[in-house]
Amino acid sequence: MTAAPPSERPAPTSARPHRRLRLRLLLVAVVVLAAVGVLAAAGLQGSLVYYKTTSELLSDHGLVGHRLRLGGLVVKGSVHRTAGGVRFELTDGVAEVPVVNTGEPRGVFRDGQGAVVEGVLGRDGVFRSDVLLVKHSNSYEPPAHGTGRPVEDTG
Amino acid sequence: MPRPAPARADRLLRASAAVAVVAALVLGLVVAPPDAVQGQAQRLMYVHVPAAWLAYLTFTGVLVFSVAYLVTRNLKWDRRAQAAGELGVGMTALTLAEGSLWGRPVWGTWWVWDPRLVTTAVLLLVYLGYLSVRGLSDDRAAGARRAAAVGIIGFVDIPVVHFSVVWWRTLHQPATLLSPDPAPIDPRMLLALLVALVAFTLTGAVVYRRRLTMLAAADAAALAPVAVPEPAVPADDAPAVPLAVVPRSRP
Repeated sequence: MTAAPPSERPAPTSARPHRRLRLRLLLVAVVVLAAVGVLAAAGLQGSLVYYKTTSELLSDHGLVGHRLRLGGLVVKGSVHRTAGGVRFELTDGVAEVPVVNTGEPRGVFRDGQGAVVEGVLGRDGVFRSDVLLVKHSNSYEPPAHGTGRPVEDTG
Repeated sequence: MPRPAPARADRLLRASAAVAVVAALVLGLVVAPPDAVQGQAQRLMYVHVPAAWLAYLTFTGVLVFSVAYLVTRNLKWDRRAQAAGELGVGMTALTLAEGSLWGRPVWGTWWVWDPRLVTTAVLLLVYLGYLSVRGLSDDRAAGARRAAAVGIIGFVDIPVVHFSVVWWRTLHQPATLLSPDPAPIDPRMLLALLVALVAFTLTGAVVYRRRLTMLAAADAAALAPVAVPEPAVPADDAPAVPLAVVPRSRP
């Protein structure tokens, strides 16, 4: 960086702190770009279709034995606690898949709501999962008076 | 020079923001019922959703002001874009943090790599990049130009974030209101949400205006040469004529 005579410069500044700041900012920009690239590529890998539906899972026999995510509605009355966790059935309105989950249900898990499980479909047709997430609907309703459930869910 | 009018407008803005915030707190915490499925955790919606909407609004502002800067080369547009971008980054970070707090009790996890969350994280990083490129060179005009380019290109992620729940299969539920398929929402919850949106927008406007004043003062101070006499620069904005930028370390 060539130094101009002091009378031509609007204010005395030294070049080195500016160079350091510039390098730091350049580093930030590079890191940000790299992070964006990594997020977009790796993070979305296999996540664009975040889960398979029960019909999709049952119709593709090649998926048996492979770890994947399965989503659907928890069939009413199908939830039973087990020694290791919980078992229930998932449906997409067309096909049902029994699920055995290792680990206690987390979140607002209940029948009549959506759930996404991650695990493996066995040859016996049972999906064994160890990750259980709730996918709730986009409707917002108050609980029916005196209960913790929406109006149509009492009983 | 309309000095009294801006001060009155600012006071009015601050007062309305304060009223809206109080109203939103009362509606969101007391009047609105808890959700039948999600319980009390659902009240986080009254912060999470307005923060996201305000992020969209401010990044739209960045787009508009960046184009205005590139067309006019007047730094006042770049300052507006920067102030809007800073607010937007804050709002996006708030959306993600709060969403995480909401996700743990409801979904059962702090984070998932689903398209909605990933594209929102990308949005945060893109606009953090937007804020950084401005300072990459000492030349104020070059920095503004680079930032404008990032601010315009980065806007592409906004529709991707919004439509991610429609285009792809996600864990995050689709939109309740701004959706091809709107879902029912209790009227008290809807009122609380709309008032919260107003509160966020007004408070954002207050923050934005204060930041703009700071940025204008900083630009004016940086450009005040030691020896050359200059007319007094108004505190609330720079002169309307394009500023002659004097780079500080070029030969």
